[in-house]
Amino acid sequence: MLMYTLKRLLQGVVTVWFIATATFFAMHAVPGNPLTNEKAVSPKIWAELQKRYGLDKPLLEQYGLYIKNMASGDFGVSYTQQNRQVNDIITEHFKVSATLGILAVVFAAFGGILWGALTAMYRNRAPDIVIVFLVILGISVPGFVFAAFGQLSLVKVNDWLGFTLFPVAGWGTVQHMIVPSMVLGLGTMAFLTRLMRSSMLEIVNSDFVRTARSKGLPMTRIFRKHELRNAILPVITVLGPSIAAITTGGFVVELVFAIPGLGRYFVQAVQQLDYTVIMGTTVFYGAFLVFMVIAVDLLYGMVDPRVRLE
Amino acid sequence: MSEAAAENLGQGTTWNASALLQLLYLGGFGVLGLGFILWALAQWNEGGAGDAADYATGTVTLAMSQEPPQLDSTRSTDQVSIAVLGHVMEGLLRYDQDDQLVGGVAERWEIGETSATFWLRSDARWSNGDPVTAHDFVFAWRKALEPANVSEYAFILYGIRNAEAVNRGEQPLEALGARAVGDRQLEVEFARPLPYFDKLTAFCTFNPVHEAFYESTAGAYGADADKLLYNGPFVIDQWIHGASLRLKKNPNYWDADRIRLNVIDYAYITSDPLATINLFKDGKVALTSLNAENLTDAMQQRWKIHRFADGSVFYLGLNHRPGRPTSNYHLRKALQAVHDPGELVYKVLKLPGNVPTNSLFPVWLKGVRGSFRQEYPAPKHHPDDARGRELLARALAELGLAELPPLVMLIGDTPTSKKQAEYYQNLFKRKLGIDIKIDAQIFKQRLAKMTSGDYDIVAAGWGPDYDDAMTFADLFTSWNENNRGRYANPVLDAAVDVARSSNDPQTRMDAIAKVQKIIYEDVVVLTQFERGSVYVAHPRLRGVVRRSVGTDPDYTNAWIAPVGG
Repeated sequence: MLMYTLKRLLQGVVTVWFIATATFFAMHAVPGNPLTNEKAVSPKIWAELQKRYGLDKPLLEQYGLYIKNMASGDFGVSYTQQNRQVNDIITEHFKVSATLGILAVVFAAFGGILWGALTAMYRNRAPDIVIVFLVILGISVPGFVFAAFGQLSLVKVNDWLGFTLFPVAGWGTVQHMIVPSMVLGLGTMAFLTRLMRSSMLEIVNSDFVRTARSKGLPMTRIFRKHELRNAILPVITVLGPSIAAITTGGFVVELVFAIPGLGRYFVQAVQQLDYTVIMGTTVFYGAFLVFMVIAVDLLYGMVDPRVRLE
Repeated sequence: MSEAAAENLGQGTTWNASALLQLLYLGGFGVLGLGFILWALAQWNEGGAGDAADYATGTVTLAMSQEPPQLDSTRSTDQVSIAVLGHVMEGLLRYDQDDQLVGGVAERWEIGETSATFWLRSDARWSNGDPVTAHDFVFAWRKALEPANVSEYAFILYGIRNAEAVNRGEQPLEALGARAVGDRQLEVEFARPLPYFDKLTAFCTFNPVHEAFYESTAGAYGADADKLLYNGPFVIDQWIHGASLRLKKNPNYWDADRIRLNVIDYAYITSDPLATINLFKDGKVALTSLNAENLTDAMQQRWKIHRFADGSVFYLGLNHRPGRPTSNYHLRKALQAVHDPGELVYKVLKLPGNVPTNSLFPVWLKGVRGSFRQEYPAPKHHPDDARGRELLARALAELGLAELPPLVMLIGDTPTSKKQAEYYQNLFKRKLGIDIKIDAQIFKQRLAKMTSGDYDIVAAGWGPDYDDAMTFADLFTSWNENNRGRYANPVLDAAVDVARSSNDPQTRMDAIAKVQKIIYEDVVVLTQFERGSVYVAHPRLRGVVRRSVGTDPDYTNAWIAPVGG
């Protein structure tokens, strides 16, 4: 178990290093430079600027320097927000993204498990058909459409009520969090519903459930102890990566609802070619995703005794 | 297991379980619903606090497209930072609500042929109570020119004696021709005649900086609300990075009686125009810009739509580097002959406020006595397809080509620029048989390609830095780095030199009119339109000033009318 953990962690570090390297060189291959600005400057000042930011050094030297600083946890200073450390940007804004992400996952997990179980119970009857239709909608409609639609509906609802039920955008109070997290969790909820449905159908017809039934156990007990519990397992497996995916994928929702999360910085940085922020956020998100998957694998070994981690 | 078997087993045995589930659902929804109602009631009782333009508290709530990237005035370059600085700082002079230049920190000033003197008012104070002195200006200007500070706007100070040499590191900072005579008198010597120096001093690079405070921040000047010292009508009260920025009236401001708003609250930071318009609909922000995408929505809402010229002029830049087809005069003339700015503005872009133009010089520029464009009208232009084809034939003969290779048109990545590019692709193909290859790039990459000359035609624009025709006139001189097409014409250079080295308005404007003529006749660029901006505002928010040059939007003179007022 310990060996396995160490091996996985080492693999994780190598993956993150690979992400960092690939991003670094891809980013520098793009024409332009974070210092390119609307107002052109004289070659002399341009050279001075390049020197100040160390962009005049050979690329490999810049890379070496970057990896060295990164290893010591220093991501440098943003090019566009010239007074801010990338580390500060990450710590300040990741909190917001994480809050939004966790709320969205909670919403998605509860919704997914309940709807999934319900559709399995009512298989091929009206509730099943309606929910499955909604699920397909939820999976196929992209998040930004839900975000824009959700916001517009809020405007209408608030207008109709005559007072602000939920704020249209912004961040700070619990009210601000509810609608964006629901919008963000919708896609995952649809996905989990489908997963739960198929897993539930499989369990309901498995041998041990049949045995339990033939033993004459009460139906409620079979449902809780045998069916639901086992059907949830695959859902838990995908929850870990889901948390990471939702947390890192929330930038559209963050943009639409004016939420000061990290995703927005990530997207803006790419547009602005803000080297340090691109690297910082990519490496951070990459590490987050990789270690989330490892954590889930380890947890899975503890939850399910059949899985042996070697 | 087969589907049918699953069906049978599933249906017969789970009745109890499904009943349980239903109960679960009902319970869950019950709890949720109850909580929701309670909470909605709590909301209701809080009342309608926080109108976007709140009369009782004098608060106006707004959204910002991004948080200000650089509030160190010696280094600011972007519009958001400059707009915030316009509210929290004050230079020697400022623009009032009628766009007239009036005294800011300076109460009196004299602009001579070779020098200028400013007398500072005694009651101008920093937000910590210290007086604003002439030394604060000298310090700030030197800082902006200090080579190690690498300010991108340092060039705007170049009219001051030795400024350029100081900026290049060839002279010490002390050599700069700006000197404090005591605390309240500032002497400036010019490197060349600068009849518009008074207008320059309203620009943010000329703002004062408190030296002791600057040094105390150890390089973080402008990074946070408490890392700035203010001398303007407002101070930054609270700045939550990425989330909000709140300005509060500055009680130490010398003219505080003039300021009627108490709080300017940029409560939302989002670059999504749809989000800001939804915020406006919901009554959460008091002003929002409109674009082509949400204009129809705004009209359907029957909002009053305001418009103003934001000062910039847009054009198709042409690459004049040798070897490029567009360096051929007759090819440029051919493109110009079929170009119709009116059609682009009214039939393609369809955004109210944009005005088609045949001149690089916008209508709001001042001339000798009145408007420049009234004194020196724009060149007359009539699209003429037959002449275009004739000119193209001549160009092909000169280039020794049977057919022109496709021209690369470099554009931005917005929907509007794509629409525009497709229009030109169609126009040039239909009228001249020229193929256009569209190269859409994000901001920085487009700029990089413009600088390296990797294009034939580029959709570009130019916004003014100061309120004088020179801000447009010197754009295509051979020495200007912003002349990305590398156009070089000694006649144009000479005309700009005449305008630069004279104090006589008539001589200057005559020379600039020559530049206007050359730009059209030699087809340096194909001018398209002067950009108009459209926006909607809270009906009770009054006195907001929109400008072509300077702080925009300017809320310093704004006020909120009482309900029904």
